[in-house]
Amino acid sequence: MLDVLQKLGHKTLGRFAALGRSAYMLFSALVNVPSVKKGTPLLVRQLYMVGSQSLLIIMVSGLFIGMVLALQGYTVLVGYGAEDSLGPLVALSLLRELGPVVTALLFAGRAGSALTAEIGLMKATEQLSSLEMMAIDPLKRIIAPRFWAGFISMPLLAIIFSAVAIIGAHLVGVDWLGVDTGSFWSIMQSQVSFTQDILNGIIKSFVFAIVVTWIALYKGYDCVPTSEGISKATTETVVHSSLAVLGFDFILTAVMFTS
Amino acid sequence: MNSRKLEILVGFFVALGILAFAMLALKVANSGIAGTGETYSLNAKFENIGSLKTRAPIKVGGVVIGRVESIYVHPKEFVPVVNMTIDAQYLCRFSDTSSVSILTSGILGEQYLGINPVIAPESAEKRCLGEDIVSTEQDQAIDDLFGVQSKALGDGDTVSDTKSAIVLEELIGQFLFNQSSE
Repeated sequence: MLDVLQKLGHKTLGRFAALGRSAYMLFSALVNVPSVKKGTPLLVRQLYMVGSQSLLIIMVSGLFIGMVLALQGYTVLVGYGAEDSLGPLVALSLLRELGPVVTALLFAGRAGSALTAEIGLMKATEQLSSLEMMAIDPLKRIIAPRFWAGFISMPLLAIIFSAVAIIGAHLVGVDWLGVDTGSFWSIMQSQVSFTQDILNGIIKSFVFAIVVTWIALYKGYDCVPTSEGISKATTETVVHSSLAVLGFDFILTAVMFTS
Repeated sequence: MNSRKLEILVGFFVALGILAFAMLALKVANSGIAGTGETYSLNAKFENIGSLKTRAPIKVGGVVIGRVESIYVHPKEFVPVVNMTIDAQYLCRFSDTSSVSILTSGILGEQYLGINPVIAPESAEKRCLGEDIVSTEQDQAIDDLFGVQSKALGDGDTVSDTKSAIVLEELIGQFLFNQSSE
């Protein structure tokens, strides 16, 4: 009986300690801004690793998700003779939900796991300790540029995802299934509001960017420095950040889109 | 990889993001009315607004000229009041004898406000805009005919001639009532 209680207490304390360590890591990485001259090349390099290299997978999956949405939406809407509403259906579901969420999930798999593995291996091969020996703060040099790169690139990727997906929906809906191109765009324009839908979607993806990048960096920074530990940390990054994204998505949707 | 090539690729990524944002902002979202254009507001009291919602379009002959800004219950008379924002180019162009009705687009469509416009005489328009009045004989004749001086609708004015939404249950109720009385 007491053993069970002790185990529970130990686990709870461990969780809170981890939360504290991760908050401390993020805080000390972000609290002092590095000089522009030294920081920019590091940031550009990470933007390339995290953002530019995720571009292809985001655009391809966006295209296919848009095409599938149009196809599925059309088969339902045509039953009511409302196939002209395909435009707003696709645009609203993409801008409000699918764009930010699917981008965040793909980002966690594509970039988050890479960040964790990279930092985990740096820790295992004691590169982080060597940096400290050279009086370079690894939080500033390694963690901060990666965090900012994730923070900047995720909203951009989400916007690109939505735009490409809408083009994909147009491809299937208008060019293949024969929805009128004029009503596709005009009904979409009359239903989609810039502040309500587009800006709220972007705010969502900023939140997801913070969550996913933070989890990925912390898991790498805090992993057990063995090959097994790195593999476990990488898996945890993908699982935890996917769950966190879906959970936060519900909260954000409840706050933003219910009146 | 040298730093120039890397910077170009990042630049490409950011430019693509900005391009996609511009596309979403200009092509996907509505950029017309309810944007930053100049507007003025009008109020109208109804008996029943049906399922009219905020942001519903306000149309003259099918052309959208504004949107419903807010709907609230009049604190003393307990009737719904609809506050509308209308494109400023129509400021003082409608006479106060114009009527506003709640209409439905299609059978299952959304409800919108239709303005049945009466064009304000030039003198009333000028008076409403606060310009000098040069009353012509023609306007005088019209005013004499109706016995009141015609007014144009300016910012914050209330339209008195309104037609409420048709509620299906009330219609059926009336129909049944008429049937039973025969």
